[in-house]
Amino acid sequence: MKLPDFQYFAPATAGEVVRMLAAHAGEAKILAGGQSLLPVMAFRLARPAALIDLRKVEGLGEITIDASGVRLGARVRWRDIEDDKRLATAHPLLVEAIRHVAHYQVRNRGTVGGSLGHADPASEMPCIAATCEAELRLLGPKGERRLKAAQYFLGPLSTALQPDELILEVHLPAWTAGRRWAFQEFARRPGDFALAGVAAYYDLDSQQRASNAHIGVVGACHFSARLPRAESALNGKRVDAATAQAVGRVAAEEATPTGDFHAPVEYRKALVGTLLERALGEAAARK
Amino acid sequence: MEISFDLNGKKTKVDVPVRTTLSDCIRHHCLQTGTHVGCEHGVCGACTVIVDGEAMRSCLMLAAQADGSKVVTVEGLCAPDGGLSALQASFRKHHALQCGFCTPGFLTTAHALLTQEPHASKERIREVLSGNLCRCTGYINIIEAVYQARAAYQGKGG
Repeated sequence: MKLPDFQYFAPATAGEVVRMLAAHAGEAKILAGGQSLLPVMAFRLARPAALIDLRKVEGLGEITIDASGVRLGARVRWRDIEDDKRLATAHPLLVEAIRHVAHYQVRNRGTVGGSLGHADPASEMPCIAATCEAELRLLGPKGERRLKAAQYFLGPLSTALQPDELILEVHLPAWTAGRRWAFQEFARRPGDFALAGVAAYYDLDSQQRASNAHIGVVGACHFSARLPRAESALNGKRVDAATAQAVGRVAAEEATPTGDFHAPVEYRKALVGTLLERALGEAAARK
Repeated sequence: MEISFDLNGKKTKVDVPVRTTLSDCIRHHCLQTGTHVGCEHGVCGACTVIVDGEAMRSCLMLAAQADGSKVVTVEGLCAPDGGLSALQASFRKHHALQCGFCTPGFLTTAHALLTQEPHASKERIREVLSGNLCRCTGYINIIEAVYQARAAYQGKGG
């Protein structure tokens, strides 16, 4: 359908954005790339009274890489992540996950902040944020605050972001050398929302056993989160075919997907197990 | 609200309701109907236009978001004398269209891709074009047409 009517603003600073959000008392939404928000409005599932466009706000489009890790400004597009060659070593898991986002045209507009604000459990960026224990920097009327991913994602399309808050950036902790990682996603057609996907990484201890395991789910969950039981099953083990299979089974059991006409619950759970098994095989074989 | 942008090389000014998508602005206010509207929710690619050098789904943009930008639609792809561009000629040669509804979106997407990646592999072309739906051709001829058009984009500056 055509979009419902709304007021439109394009302020020049983050401070003005927050003032406008506060003035509209929960009836305003941020417009960044619009690749999630505009389809929702086209289906008339949301009818915000006002859209506050970030297009003129400077300083939100930076990718900063230093010893503390990777910081992605809210307006960083998937295209910017693809184009930044530093990320191949600074955060290879992020790069691999973002390759799976939608399609070429969408990747030219969709943003990190938009995806985290929308918090669709079937999206790649929320999964990466949850898996990697990212920290979000938010701006509200009372100033800035920081939230860890685990405190931020609360439910399907539901986060701790207040109606008068703006996401400024997300900080992914520094990637370590020698880390093993993989990202596996399955959709019936490339570019569709994942029926299930997994992001996984672990480090190796002095005896070549997995440690510091981080495993997250795309699509087969109520909201983006890690799988702590699967992580415990992986920690302390040599990652061989038997381990991969066993940990996959734990993950399949632990995952709590919602069934729908694309795939029922049992299928998605099985998919999580299979994808994690493959991911661990891929991670272990990585040089 | 008043919006000005460069449309296919022409300075354009329109006054549109704020909720107007770029696709509707191009079609109904600028009267350039080459850009087609298929799904209006960002999955079919028929509405693809090139904004500041990058392919975008015009149904997922407000006209307001194109203010000050350089927009190229399928009408802007032909040769200066109005003849077919190399890419369009390749589509004709390789029978890459039947009903033609999806074709503008494929042309703009392919043009944006080959302009930036004139050596794109067939795999890359397939991957990029997977964001556009075609109900007629089965895609093989479209991919071949784009692949064979690469030569025209190689050896161009910038």
